[in-house]
Amino acid sequence: MSDSPVTAVDLNQDTDVLVHDSHNVDPNKPLVEIRDLAIGFTTQGGVVEALKGVSFDIFPGETVAIVGESGSGKSTTAHGIINLLPENGKITGGSVKFEGKDLAHAKKSELYKVRGRDIGFVPQDPMSNLNPVWSVGFQVREAVKANGLATNKKDVNARAIEVLKEAGLADAERRMAQYPHQFSGGMRQRVLIGIGLAANPKLLIADEPTSALDVTVQRVILDHLEALTRERNTALLLITHDLGLAAERATKLIVMYQGKIVEAGPSLKILQDPQHPYTKRLIASAPSLASQRISGTHVDHVGGEEAGIDVADLAAKHERAKANQAATPVVEVKDLTKIYSIRKGNFKSEPLRAVDNISFKIPKGSTLALVGESGSGKTTAAKMVLGLEKPTSGDIFLDGTNLAGASRSELFKVRRKMQPVFQDPYGSLDPQRSIGAIIGEPLKVHKVGDNASRDARIKELLDQVSLPTAVAKRYPNELSGGQRQRVAIARALALKPEIVVLDEAVSALDVLVQAQILQLLADLQSDLDLTYLFITHDLAVVRVVADEIAVMEQGKIVESGTADEIFSNAQTEYTQKLLEAIPGAGIEWGDV
Amino acid sequence: MLTYILRRVLQAIPVFFGTTFLIYFMVFAMPGDPIAGLFGDKTPNPAVADALRAQFNLDQPFIMQYLLYMKDFFTGNLGVTFSGQQVSDVLARAFPVTLKLVLMAVVLEFILSVVIGLISGLRKGKFFDNISLVVALVLSSVPVFVAMFVAQYFVGIKWGLAPVTVGADTTWGAMFLPAAVIALTVYVTGMRLMRGSVIESRQADYVRTAYAKGLTHKRIVPVHIARNSLIPVITNTAASFGALIAGTTVTEGIFNIPGIGQVLYQAITQSEVPTVVTFVTILTVIYVIVNILVDLLYAVLDPRIRYV
Repeated sequence: MSDSPVTAVDLNQDTDVLVHDSHNVDPNKPLVEIRDLAIGFTTQGGVVEALKGVSFDIFPGETVAIVGESGSGKSTTAHGIINLLPENGKITGGSVKFEGKDLAHAKKSELYKVRGRDIGFVPQDPMSNLNPVWSVGFQVREAVKANGLATNKKDVNARAIEVLKEAGLADAERRMAQYPHQFSGGMRQRVLIGIGLAANPKLLIADEPTSALDVTVQRVILDHLEALTRERNTALLLITHDLGLAAERATKLIVMYQGKIVEAGPSLKILQDPQHPYTKRLIASAPSLASQRISGTHVDHVGGEEAGIDVADLAAKHERAKANQAATPVVEVKDLTKIYSIRKGNFKSEPLRAVDNISFKIPKGSTLALVGESGSGKTTAAKMVLGLEKPTSGDIFLDGTNLAGASRSELFKVRRKMQPVFQDPYGSLDPQRSIGAIIGEPLKVHKVGDNASRDARIKELLDQVSLPTAVAKRYPNELSGGQRQRVAIARALALKPEIVVLDEAVSALDVLVQAQILQLLADLQSDLDLTYLFITHDLAVVRVVADEIAVMEQGKIVESGTADEIFSNAQTEYTQKLLEAIPGAGIEWGDV
Repeated sequence: MLTYILRRVLQAIPVFFGTTFLIYFMVFAMPGDPIAGLFGDKTPNPAVADALRAQFNLDQPFIMQYLLYMKDFFTGNLGVTFSGQQVSDVLARAFPVTLKLVLMAVVLEFILSVVIGLISGLRKGKFFDNISLVVALVLSSVPVFVAMFVAQYFVGIKWGLAPVTVGADTTWGAMFLPAAVIALTVYVTGMRLMRGSVIESRQADYVRTAYAKGLTHKRIVPVHIARNSLIPVITNTAASFGALIAGTTVTEGIFNIPGIGQVLYQAITQSEVPTVVTFVTILTVIYVIVNILVDLLYAVLDPRIRYV
């Protein structure tokens, strides 16, 4: 990695962005010039440098994307531009020139004028970025008023409705009085985009604007954002962890790593011909439709490097999968249905078929991926398989035993064979207990062995998930997200289960860590002959883990088949829509 | 919404009977013969004592006493005290005084909690916050009666800013000093709650978004920070309202305020069952009503809360 910050290349000449200049700016003069920007955070251990001298330009009407893993400084850069750092954050050096004014050293009153009016901001999480106690209309009107777009009540209201309509909320008038919790995630993000663009700013900063949304919704929102910014010639700074998305949307790409820019240039060029080793690793790790099923690499187990694909192993795996199809399935689900009743007030309720008559089988040692958008019922199905939720009707067979009629004590025994790993590695580990205690708990609950043998088993498990045994004495907050997810996997494996239910187990992780965990799961599967039920919304991940796929929509399985069948020849429109929505699907990726 | 209110009112019915029964039983179980106590050292004429017993239903078994009392209560007859006054008259005289005192104390407490908590939260770890913490610690560790004597001595006697005792003059102004002292000794909990939730909400994502929209600090503090931090403070204030009404005995004693605290104290020492039970019942009803009102207020404060 070079020590001097890389200055982004001026791409403006070769981009064919429609320039109908509504802002009266010189298209060849940068709108934003960031030079040697350094930002530090004061922590208990002193000042931590989050940005170590970042320099780049954004030209009028241009779309620039910053990519990197969490902690790389990409969000800090975004917040630093408009000086909206957390309280312990401070700009320690460099400058942010916006139309010649240095925002890094501007007075508060000057910043108030720039924010909203000249630079709009679309935050990451639509769930937490609208104030829950004020109506949506109130929050839009507030932005309209603050930026002096209208003064009297009637005009403010009219402009607010207009803003929401432009952002794609067709029934804005009716929804103005509603509160954020009455909006879906996608709707809320539209509101936030509307607020960000309300004053027709010259630059819009979008910080992971769609990471919290389903792929299909993500696509619609990004298309809309792109259309709006193009129409108004607004420059867009897009912050994302998703390389495919960045390449698809931005003309210029900036790759950040540990507070520095490691590579910058035209998007396609970076994707197809990356120069920096970090970018190469990012590209290699990002799962895409062109990826292959990862298989176990227990021979040269490197636990963290790129997923090597061994052809012989792949073939062996295929053979085994074929042989297994004849064997009795470990898990068999028949006509499973779950109906929730939704309260409507006045003692009335309405049935909601969360899972509607689904059936599937998982052969031993293979992986079934259950995919679908949020609300499609995939997690409810997984909960029922785990026995955490009681089915309304239908049967679940585990090694031939029907769980539906099982008593409490029988269920307790069955649970040994079946263990879950959940999505959020921060929420699923008790922060008050040591890693050793967390991993050992299932053994204790099921009264397996004595203290000494349990300790030995904990060490063995940590070894299996490639964590040092010293980790046993540490606490969850001392570990990174990837390490925590390894701990969650170790806990799931403690009882030597046959089946592991992975509910969005890699969705919260960065691509590099995600690749490592997926490799680990593949290794464990081939070593221990595990059966996986893999729940995810991410079809690119499915491509690399699944043997078979079941696509869920509104509680029903609308399509199922082997991974190859689904990916090469999706039958239903819904599946095709899901596949098309994967960011970067249409881009030729560099071979690294 | 209406169903919710109805359900809450229905829930209050067992609470009402439960408390009255419990109180009735406890006063009944207190040692000593209340009639004998009335006569002090003298031995009462057995005929007079029996007549008095009959008048107060003391010759009946416990459960009958309770049922007769309840019958009277619902027909509007709250009984008479041993001194012959109508309990309803005593209540009508004493209750407004206490209510005035407590209302003033609670309003002051709320204002102190919100204002000091907000400033402390916004300036966490700075000078104001540290001073407010020390003051809070001192005020909450001083016993109420000590604080009251100190206030009486300085404000009332030395500086002459307020009457030392209240007596018959139960105007708002005359009761300001005791109300302020009560508020100062109880505001700490609310202040700390406010401070905590301000610290939390000023770091909230929607606050950052509000700044990004171009709003100023002056607008964000009341609209997006203070407003979102009120719920725990309001809960606390409501809870203290009930506790304060029941706990004014000491304050009313020290400042000589003719409120229910004094009446209740005398009634308990003399085992005057009807007076005690009536007062406690009224307190219970107020407590229940205040809690229902607070629960309804939540929906106004936080639109995510819906009653079904």
